[in-house]
Parts: sequence; structure tokens; C-alpha cells
Amino acid sequence: MPVPEDRRYSREHEWALPEPDGLILVGITDFAQHELGDVVYVDLPRPGDRVTQNAQMGEVESVKAVSELFSPVSGEVAAVNEDVKNAPELLNESPHEKGWLIRVKPDDPAELDSLLDAAAYTALTE
Amino acid sequence: MTSTPDTPLREEAHNRRRLLMERSHPGRTGVTLPASDVPPQLIPEQAMLRDDLHLPEVTEGEVVRYFTHLSQLNFSIDTNFYPLGSCTMKYNPKLNEAVAATPGFALAHPAQPETQVQGCLEAVFRLQTYLQEVSGLPGASLAPLAGAQGELAGILTLRAALDARGEGRRRKMLIPDTAHGTNPASAAMAGFQVISVPSTSEGDIDLDAVRAEADEQLAGVMFTQPTTLGLFDRNAIEMCRIVHEAGGLVYGDGANMNALLGRAKLGHFGFDVVHMNLHKTFSTPHGGGGPGAGPICVTEALAPFLPGPIAVQREDGSYGSEMPTKSIGRCGGAQGNFGVLIRALTYISLLGGDGMLNISGNAVLNANYLLAKLRPLFELPYDRSVMHEVVFAARKRPGATALNVSKRLLDHGFHAPTMYFPLVVPEALMIEPTETESRETLDAFIETLERIDAEAAADEDFLRGAPYETPISRLDEARAARRPELRWRPSED
Amino acid sequence: MSDSPLTSPFIPNTDDDRAAMLAEVGTAAVEDLFGDIPEQFRHPGLALPAPVPEMELRAEMSALAQRNFHAGEHASFLGAGVYQHFCPAVVAPLVTRGEFLTSYTPYQPEVSQGTLQGTFEFQTLTAQLFGMEVSNAGMYDGASSLAEGALMACRVTKRSRVAVLDTVNPRYVETIRFYTQPQGIEVYETDPASPELHADTACLISQYPNFFGCFEDTQALVDLAHAQGALAVMSCDPTALAMYKPPGGFGVDIATGEGQALGIPPSFGGPYVGIFTCRQEYVRQLPGRIAGRTVDTEGRTGYVLTLQPREQHIRREHATSNICTSTALIGLWATIYLSLMGKQGLRHVAELCYQKAHYAASRIAELPGYSLPVSGPFFQEFVVTCPRPAAEVSAALEQRGIIGGLDVSDRYPNGMLLCVTEVNTRDQIERLVDALGEIS
Repeated sequence: MPVPEDRRYSREHEWALPEPDGLILVGITDFAQHELGDVVYVDLPRPGDRVTQNAQMGEVESVKAVSELFSPVSGEVAAVNEDVKNAPELLNESPHEKGWLIRVKPDDPAELDSLLDAAAYTALTE
Repeated sequence: MTSTPDTPLREEAHNRRRLLMERSHPGRTGVTLPASDVPPQLIPEQAMLRDDLHLPEVTEGEVVRYFTHLSQLNFSIDTNFYPLGSCTMKYNPKLNEAVAATPGFALAHPAQPETQVQGCLEAVFRLQTYLQEVSGLPGASLAPLAGAQGELAGILTLRAALDARGEGRRRKMLIPDTAHGTNPASAAMAGFQVISVPSTSEGDIDLDAVRAEADEQLAGVMFTQPTTLGLFDRNAIEMCRIVHEAGGLVYGDGANMNALLGRAKLGHFGFDVVHMNLHKTFSTPHGGGGPGAGPICVTEALAPFLPGPIAVQREDGSYGSEMPTKSIGRCGGAQGNFGVLIRALTYISLLGGDGMLNISGNAVLNANYLLAKLRPLFELPYDRSVMHEVVFAARKRPGATALNVSKRLLDHGFHAPTMYFPLVVPEALMIEPTETESRETLDAFIETLERIDAEAAADEDFLRGAPYETPISRLDEARAARRPELRWRPSED
Repeated sequence: MSDSPLTSPFIPNTDDDRAAMLAEVGTAAVEDLFGDIPEQFRHPGLALPAPVPEMELRAEMSALAQRNFHAGEHASFLGAGVYQHFCPAVVAPLVTRGEFLTSYTPYQPEVSQGTLQGTFEFQTLTAQLFGMEVSNAGMYDGASSLAEGALMACRVTKRSRVAVLDTVNPRYVETIRFYTQPQGIEVYETDPASPELHADTACLISQYPNFFGCFEDTQALVDLAHAQGALAVMSCDPTALAMYKPPGGFGVDIATGEGQALGIPPSFGGPYVGIFTCRQEYVRQLPGRIAGRTVDTEGRTGYVLTLQPREQHIRREHATSNICTSTALIGLWATIYLSLMGKQGLRHVAELCYQKAHYAASRIAELPGYSLPVSGPFFQEFVVTCPRPAAEVSAALEQRGIIGGLDVSDRYPNGMLLCVTEVNTRDQIERLVDALGEIS
């Protein structure tokens, strides 16, 4: 199962990828999408909303389950991936790329240090 | 001609399933109606009226053929063994239908004065009395329209009793992790905070976990006896004692009452409120998802709070309908699903007290027989004698998951067991044979599961494609949920 | 002939079967299987009457039914939310086919396409009749459906007060209270002439036509609700909708109804089916079952239960409702009724109701001592002020073989709510008018 090394991971199976402009891209891991099965609906915060590290920021539904989404960082939502709202299957097909969920303007980029690196996350899911 | 031989058949199958709006032709009708026999009245102003009524225009013959064909796409108790755990899919006597259709019952209006509906009120009163006897609880309301509404009404009754003694602070409701989803959903609707309680490794409720919550905030516990694991919970009586001692009340979910008929009474164990599913225990048909009825029975202390109305017998022998003095109110527009109640009354009257014992005895024997014979094929998470149903874990062979085994059963004309419930058992297959199935049917079912096991052993992937013989193969549920199409739309015409 | 009790016709196991099965189980007696029940609780005795054989039971139940004074034998002018309508003979035999009657909720879609497609038809026809975007698979009845509509409005708006016009069926108002108050939602009644809405009012609930048979200024109500950021929720009589502008035409957000009017027998209160329709954007807040269209592995069209994560078996205490039943069988009854009636038939039925009710009202209004206290347009029901208390009038009508209307004297002094539908012949109407004339 791919675990890209360019980003950090939460124990709740979200990833956080710092971008050159200082924003942080957030999504769910390949492991998470595999556990969920076919994703059919994603409920996300709106641009401008506040998210807090380890607090619920939304929900993801598969055919017969619902899981909470937890933000890996604190900050303000700068953008939301409208594509996944219209085509939730992107979370299954491309969890690390096209299936990103939100873009966050972080309060404190150092928060990322509290997350797992790729090796530690791989160990968590094995 | 290059078409494959089955193309015309496929085409025919597709045509037979065309929707009503796709069959509609302007000018056709399915009914004859009289002309008006009164002098013409002033018609309402045009602005109030509509000119966009889109309903199908089809003939009676088309309607009959269409719905008859649709019916043939269903499994049902009348056509197949339906061992759906926790649903008590027993045979539904036709006598029930005949009685419910009697004009005197079917055409009685719920708002008629009591004097005009003595027959209905007496019927409700009788059934009320019988259910009180079966549950061992002296109060009853037959108003709730289904099991889940009975749950809601039951715990609201419980809540009202707590509030009346000035204990409105009690808002914690304990619910075992094996409970039906309706229990926590009903508790939340009733304004309670849900606290999940684990079960022990032997499948009984964890008493230490109950004790840990037994404080001044405790409202009570919602408990299913026998449990959804098909077991008689040996700790439940002590649980009732602990909850009562802490000042709480006990709600009993009577979904699995079939196992206990005449063998024990829930009221004797310490349950303060119990709901019953007449469409399970008392043979009223499930109808593809209702109607049901969810009467509740309660202790004397809780009776004044029951939802109404309740049938009463007056001193002169006549029957009436009354709201209890401190009633939590009405849960529907009329006074309960009388058409369902009359079916249950018919069933109980036909079989009598001895018949009830016969039901529970044979239901439990059938379940234990399946346990004994199917044990080699599956894991048995709780190795104990069971009540009305048995829960296995389908984990012995890759490919033979609960889902795949269930789908393959459909090919052999057996409805699937309940799958993936209770949640505490991975790959759960919950099998409830009921008392109305014969040993031959159970043996054929066992033999089929053995054959499916052999199929899985020979080819790991074979079951993943099942079912192969049903009117339609596995459906894309993800597609249905991602872009919901919930009705026919004119644009598709 | 033996006088030992006959075995049940529903239990196939014989003594021999039981012996063989017990041997497999490894137990001596059926009784032993109940060993987990503590001894002192076992065999409490069951004081139920002795079994009654079918032949005798049918006679007994017929005698009980015969004790009712019912619309099968007498002219009835009673409505108040439950209506007598003609139902073609073909409906009951189709609905009671065992394949529909004795199936369960369609959890295995491969062997439940009949129920699922029937439900999809129900959703289509109710949505079209109500002029609304979507419908669910059905609720218990009209009252609980409206109550769930109030709860849904609170979820959608995240507000916690519910305004109900005081012309809504009082039983429905009680049901709304039953459902909403435990969750801390405040229900208040308000005057249709000047509805009171607050900043935290989630919805304005009205009835179409109202409990007393008349139409409110629906557009004004809907606009008022929307201006306050509240939803417009309306309970509608499906028969009236064959003739009058439907809720969707006014911009109503959630429209519910009592499906009983669609040819379903009154059965002393149920079973009925609640209709629940709303805007497409609220589908994930809907209570209850929903059927959706999809394809199978070979691309063939089929139907499944969908959007299930809303429901209790998945979301448990966070579910949109605890409801499991869709009252599918009664929904099927309504669907078949609608398909037979069709566009022309249902409209014709509605117009017959209108014509006969207005004729009856005009005749009664001419009687000395009688008047119509409510003015304004009505459909098939109207309030009559009687010269004597409505209960007395009702009893006097009963003596003349007529089931009278509902006593609404708590609202209109000596008021009786009468209902006239297509099943009431002119002869019955004349008899009613004559009888009322005598009673004065």
C-alpha cells in the first residue's frame, strides 16, 4: 500500500502535505480508503471554517458505514475539493492526489511535527 | 441474425420491468367511475387548480400483469425458507388476512363514537389483556405503530416516570453493544445520552460495566432478552437489580420474544417496560417492510404515563377508549394499527396458551438443531445452547465470507441469514429458523451450506460472483448512493 | 376420534422429528434447552383462553366485527383525516399476493426486486402527485410523517422551535409534540391570519386543506416562512392534490401526507402509510428507507435500498430517525391504486368529492337552525353549526342509520365537521339533509 514520503500522517489515517505557498493539503490515506470501501459521500467544512488538530472536521460515508474525519492540523479552511463532493469515488481512486479534501491555512506549521512520518505510519498500519 | 439466443429473452425481461410512467399512453385508464349525480357546483377559481398532474395512464390488465410479474421477483415466506435472524420470519396464517378484511373491521372509522365501534374496542381490549399475560406486566398500550415506535414510546414512558418523581437529571441510557440500531436511535430521539456497554466473552452483559455507570445520572438500560446473539443472558436478572438499586428503570426489547412464549415472562425478570413486535412473534406479515405494530407493556407504576388511547372495559360491560392520566400523548394520528392488532389477536386465539408453548419449544429446538449440524462449517463465537437463533462467524475459508455465503444461498432458493449483525461478531451470520419450518427444510438448508462450503474449498473466487441464478446479479450500491436516482424523471422518456 | 388436542397447523415437527433432532443436539428433552432461564422463572403459567378452531374462530370474529356500526352498511359522513374512497377490486388481490405480503425489508436486492421496484414506483408517483423533487419509501402514517418533517426541519435549519398553525389536525399536533419535545424542541400553535415566527423558528407547519376543510393563503405562508429563514412544511390530502395546486407549486420545502386516502381501508386507525416528500438538497437528512436505481454486474437496471448511512442500523444514536419500516405493503396499495386511477381517474374522483361536498353544504346551509361558520374555499369537508350539540346530532343520525361527522364543538359551538366523498351517493346526501332537518 503506497505511503508517500512527502507528507505527514495522523493516527486517524489522514495525511497532511505542506505546499510551497505555506498552505497544507489534507486528505485520507490509501489505507483508510481501502478500509472504508466504496466511498459514496463526503461531508466537508466550508472555506473560511476553522478546523482543529484531532477534532472532527467532516464525515465520509461508504455504502454501509460512516466514519468521522479528523483534521491533522489547526487553522482556517482556505479551499475545499469540489471534485470529491461531486465524485466521491476519487477518494478510492486517488486518495493521495486527486482525492485531497481541504486546503488549510495553518495556525502553526510546526504542528506537523507532532504527526507521524511515512515510516511510522507504515508501521502503524502493518 | 447475429444476436445471441438469449437476447430476445433479455429484451422481454427488460420490457416486463418497464416503469409505469414508461408504459403510460394518453387515453388509457384502469378504472370505471360514476358521473356526478348532484347538480353542478361552482368550480373553484382557476388559480387554485393544477394542470400538471403526471400519473400513469394504463389499463387494469397491464397493472395486473406488471405487479404480478414484480411479485415473482421477490423471495417471501410463502415461497422460500427465510432464516433471517432477529426477524422471526415465521409462516403468516391466511386466516389472519381473512379476519382483518372483514368489512366490520376494515371499514370501521377511528373517529367514530365509542358506541359505534364496540367490536373493535373489545378486540383491542382482549389483545391488550393477552399481551399483558404473555409479558407478565399489568399495563399495556397498543398505540405504537411499529417496533421502533414502541421503543420510543416505551422509553418516553420511562422518562416521564423518572421526571414525575423529580429525577429529570437521569439521562444516561445504557445499551449493550449487541443491541439493534433502533435502541440507541430511539434513546437519542427520547433525549437520552447513550452509553454503550460491552458483553463478556461468554456473551452475557458485563455487570462491572453496568455497576460503573449505576449512579444518580442513570436513567436505565435498554436490553434485549434473549439477546441478539441468540442467547438467554444469564446476567440480565442481576443487571435489573443493579439498575433498580441505583434508581433507574429497565427497558426490555421484546424483539426476540418468540423464544420465551410461555417459558418465562419478561416482567418477572425485572423489566419495567417491554415492547413486542406483533409482526415477529405473533405472525402478522412483514409486507416487504411493514406495516408492523409495537405494543408496549409496563409495570403498574408506569401505566399512568403510557401513550394512548387505551381500550378499557367499563362497569356496564361496554368498552371505551381513554388516555391514561399522565399520558405521554399520542404517537400517531389514530389509535394504532388495528389491522395488525386484529391479525395478532386471531393468531393467539387460534393457538391458545398451549400453542404458545409449542411455538417457543419448536423454535428453540430448530435453532439448536442448526447449531449442532452447522458447527463444522463455521466458527461459533459463543459455544452455548441457544434460544431462537444462532450466530456463526463465517471465517473458516477465504472467499466464504458472510456476504458470499449469503449470496450463494439465494441461488439455492434460501433467503440469506442476517449478515454482519450483531456488530460484535465479525462476519456474522445470524440464523433464525422459527418453529414453522420442518426438519426436511432444515436438512436441505444444512446440505446446501455444506455444498457451498465445498464450492469455496474448491475455488476461492467462485462465491464472489454469486448469486448466479437470481433475476438480477449483485447490484452496484456505490453507484446508487453516489448519484442518487430516487424516482423516474420525465426527461428520460 | 381422539379428543387429544390437535397439533398446530403451523408446526411441522412431529414427536419423531423432535426425538431425532434432540439426539443430534445431544439433549434429552426440549425443556432442557431452556436451562439458562433460572428455575424459579420457568413455566410461569399462561392464562390464555383454550385454542379456538378456525371454523369457530371465524364465526366469533365475524360476530365481533358485526358489533360495529360501520360504513359497509351505513352512509358515513365522517372524515377528519381518514377518508372513505372507492378502491377497485383488483388492488387487494395484487397487494395480498404472498410474494409481497410475506417478504421482509429488501435487504437482499437480488431476490427483492418486486418490493424495491414497487417502492421506486411509490416514490415516483407520490413525488409527482405532490409536485416535489423526491419522496422516501414511506412512513407509519400522516401524523408521524409530519412530526418527522418537523424534526427534519430542525436538523436542516439547526433551529429548535416549531410553529404549527392552529388549523392543523389536533391529533397531528399531539404527534408532533410527542416526537419533538423530548429533544428540547418547543412547539407552539399560531393563528393562520398572522402567524408568529421567531428567529429560531425552524419551520411553519400548515395543512392543505386544513383540518376544517378549507384552504389557507398557502403562498403567503410559504413566503413568510422563507423570509424568516424557516422551512415551509405542509401536510396534504393526496386526493385534493389531484385537483389543486400541489405543495411543490408553492415552494414548500417538506410536504407530507396521509396515504390512507389512496384507497386504503380505514381499519379503525391503521395500518396506513405516511407520505414524505422534500427538496432534493435535503435527501441526506431524510428519515426512513429510500429505494434507488442502479445497475447489476451485467449492466441491467435494478433497485436497492440506498443512502443507508442515514439510518439507525448504521448511524445508531446519530441516525436521522429510529424508523425501520416504510409500511411498504400499504405503500404498494397506494401505488397500485394510483396506477389504476391514473391522471384522469384521480382528478375525476377529486372533482366528485368537490361537487358532492359543495352540494351537501349548500343544502344543509338552507336548513333552519344550521349554518356554515367558516367561509372561504373548501374541498370535501366543512364545518356545520347545528341547532343542538354535535354529540346529540350524531346519536340522532346513528338512529337513522347514518354515521355523522366529527364533533368539533371545542372550536365551533355545536360544530360538526362533515365529509362528503365520491362514495356518498346523492341519495345518501338527501337522507343526511332530511335527517338533519328532522333533528333540528
